This record gives sequence, C-alpha cells and structure tokens, in this order.
Amino acid sequence: MTSAEKYVTAAYLVVLAVVLLYVIIYSFRLQRLEREITELAELARRKQVA
Amino acid sequence: MTAPAFPGLSYARDVAALARKDLLLELRSRDTLPAMLLFVVSTLVIFHFALPAGSSDVAAAGLLWVALVFTALLGLTRAFVAEREQRLLDGLVLAPCDRSAIWLAKALSIVAFLLLAEAVALPAFALFFDPVTAPMVAGIILADLGIAAVGTLLAAMAVASRARELLLPLLFLPLAIPIIVGGVGASVADDPGRYLGFLGLYDAVFAILSWATFEYVVTE
Amino acid sequence: MTSSLRSNQAVLLAAAAFALLLGGLALAFYWVPQAPLEGFRQRIFYIHVPVALTAYACFGWGAWKALRLLWKRDRRYDLESYTAVHIGVIFGILTLVTGSIWARTSWGVWWSWGERQLVLFLVLFLFYCAYFMLRYSVEPGPRRAQMSAVYALFGVVLIPISFLAIRLAENFIHPVVFSRDVDENLTGSQAATFGVCLAGTLALAAALHVNELRGKRLDERLRELREALA
Repeated sequence: MTSAEKYVTAAYLVVLAVVLLYVIIYSFRLQRLEREITELAELARRKQVA
Repeated sequence: MTAPAFPGLSYARDVAALARKDLLLELRSRDTLPAMLLFVVSTLVIFHFALPAGSSDVAAAGLLWVALVFTALLGLTRAFVAEREQRLLDGLVLAPCDRSAIWLAKALSIVAFLLLAEAVALPAFALFFDPVTAPMVAGIILADLGIAAVGTLLAAMAVASRARELLLPLLFLPLAIPIIVGGVGASVADDPGRYLGFLGLYDAVFAILSWATFEYVVTE
Repeated sequence: MTSSLRSNQAVLLAAAAFALLLGGLALAFYWVPQAPLEGFRQRIFYIHVPVALTAYACFGWGAWKALRLLWKRDRRYDLESYTAVHIGVIFGILTLVTGSIWARTSWGVWWSWGERQLVLFLVLFLFYCAYFMLRYSVEPGPRRAQMSAVYALFGVVLIPISFLAIRLAENFIHPVVFSRDVDENLTGSQAATFGVCLAGTLALAAALHVNELRGKRLDERLRELREALA
C-alpha cells in the first residue's frame, strides 16, 4: 500500500472507529437502563403486595 | 413618579441609575480598577522578558492585545461579584425594569473601567515598546465595546454557576478570538480600515444578541 | 407520535445511514476516477468535507432548538438542543482528525494554520467544549436550559464571524500556506459520490441524535418513576 492509501484508509477507519465506540458506549447505557427498569418493576411489585 | 414622555426615557433612566451605582461602588471600594492597572503594567513588563531578542516590533503590538484581553477578564470576573455576594442580582431582576437595562448598565461601566485601564496601559506600552498609532486606539475603543457586551453576559452566566471565576475565561476566550484578530490587524496592518470595520460588525452583532438574550440568562 | 412510530423512525434513519455510507464508501474507493493532480489522497475529501458540513448542520440544529426553547419556554427543547450540540462536537472532532490526516498526507505536517476550515473548527471546538463546562457547572433546571440555549445561539453566530476573522488574520499572520494541487471544479462522478457521502453522514448524525434523545428521555422517565415509587 502506498503511503497515500494508508492515510486515506486511516481517515475512513477513524470515522468508523468513533461511530463504533459510540455504539458500544450506548449499549452499556442501555444495559444500565434495563437494570434500572427491573429494579423499579421489583419496587412496584413490592408496593402492590404491601 | 409620573410616566415619562417617551418609553425609552424611563429605560435610559434605569440604565443611568444602575451604571451610576456600579461606578460609585468602585469609586468607594477601589478594588477592581487598581488591580487591573497593576495587572496590565506587570504583564507588559513580563512581555519584555518574554520576547526573545530577534522579535519584531509588531510582536509587541500583538502581545498588547493579549494583555488587554486578560486585563478585561480580570475586570469582568468581578463584574457581578458584588451583586452575588449581596444577593442583589435577584433583587435587581425583581425590580420593575427591563432586564436588558441591567446588561446595558453593567456593560457601560465595564467600558469605563477598560478605558481607564487603557489610559494607563497605552502610555506604558508607548514607553516600553512602540509608539501608539491612531488606528490602534480606534481598534481598542471598538474592542472595548465588544468585550463589554459579550463579557457582561458571560459574566452573568458564570456567576450563576458553581465554577464561577474558573468558567468565565473558558466561555470568553473563544469569543475573544475575533476581537484579537480585529485589534491586532488594526494595529499592524497596512489597511486598518478593514479590521476596524470588522470590529464594528462584531460589536453590532454581539451587542444586539447580548441585549436580546440577557433576560434569559438572569431569570428562570 | 407514538413510541412505535418513533422507534421506526430511528431504525429507518440508521438503515438509511448504513446504506448511504456503505454505498458512498464503495463509490469513493472503487467508482470515482482518480483525481489527476492530487492522486489517491484526494479521496479523503469524500469523508472529511461531509463530516465537516454535518457538524455545522448539527450546531445549526442545536441553535434552532435553542431558539425554540427561548421562544416557547418549553423545556423539552433543552434536551434536543443539547444532544444536537453533543453530536456536533463528535463530528467536529472527526473533522479535525480527518483534516489533520489529510494535511499530513498532503504536506507532511499534522497541522496547518493556513487551512481555514481546520482553524475554524478548532475555534468552534473550544467554544463548544466550554458549552459542556457551562452545563456541568450549573444545577439542572430552567436556568441551565436557558443559559445553554443562549450560549448555543452565540455559537452559531460565532461561526461566520470567526470565519471572517480567520480570513482577515491571514493578512498579517502569514501562515505557511501550503497549496494543494486542486482540480478545481467537481466532475459529475465526484459530485455524485460527494452527495451520497454527505447524505450518509447527515443520516448518521440524525440517527445518532434520535437515539441519544430516546436514551436521555428514558433516563428522565425512569427518574420520575423512581421518585414516584420511593
């Protein structure tokens, strides 16, 4: 690969990498949200029983 | 108090009253202005030691503008401190005056402070470095208006935050970049008119924007 | 809009972004003929400029939502304005990085003060970083929403003014202006490729925006739920 090709590919890969990083951070956040929802559902159920 | 003949007159009266309050306060406490004067002269002395031997004369003119911007920051940081400490800002906001009058009055008093500081800084600069040219002075006056307009609004924002004095330079410096370009250009370029015109544009645009949005910064 | 419609919108946007970007990538690497003067490195243009324009669009969108917030005093716009600025900053960082790479491959340096777009993005990056500092140092509430909105408006006004300033500054700063052997006008195939890539990055920004908004609103609703149950 010529040097120009390397740099061009690097530029496109950086964009891809940042977007993928964003997606990963987002899936962690969704995990946290799911955990919170199960917690809250548990809380609600306990209140209903009580 | 009878209603004034023109609605603008009561606005102007509010602005005058508020500006007078700020200037009298400074006259009595004498803390901000002497600090600004000392700061700007010390900075100029530092520049002498900071500029390597081969530096051109114009480099000094550039540094003068850096000194002015940071001196302005010093003054702006104190702009609403008195109000915050006495919780006066809430009182001012509750007063039946247009909130933008608060902005105008504060900005005018900042301009006054800056002009006084420059009255000392420019002779010092002429003494230590290069003579001061007319376009440079014109640029400084125009820049003062822009700095005061934008700085007053940002200072009001900073005062409402937890970070206070730390926040104002962060908010202010990116907005100060065009002012520096205009000012240095007016001071060193061959056709200062273009740069003075640019400074005028900056002043007009940001003064209108600050005047219109100040209310939203100080109220809920 | 019911939530199912909104989730459809999000999926559609993501799918569109995926298709457009993949297509654009293929066009940029395989279809568009090599630029005669610049050579292979010119192909960075198809990712760098769309990303830059998308960043501007995000800042503009954020400012528009900010204006709506101040106009209607409706706090829902605060989140929309904030996510738009947030995504704009992400694209801004990408602009700086791809622009830097392009500079490196063209002239061997990672930075050039002569590149007006790069310098402008640097100034904007500083400005919008301060936006986040502002938000983090004020208690959440209507005050913070209004201050952020005013600051976002200042940002969008700063864009043309800074650009003018940078142009004026070149007269006395004399940056080492590297010249790029640019084939002046875009040929048909180049314009088409550019269009597809631009549409792709805009769709990507929109998809990210919609998703982040959903996430943040869900956060809000969960917090309310938690308070209601506590």
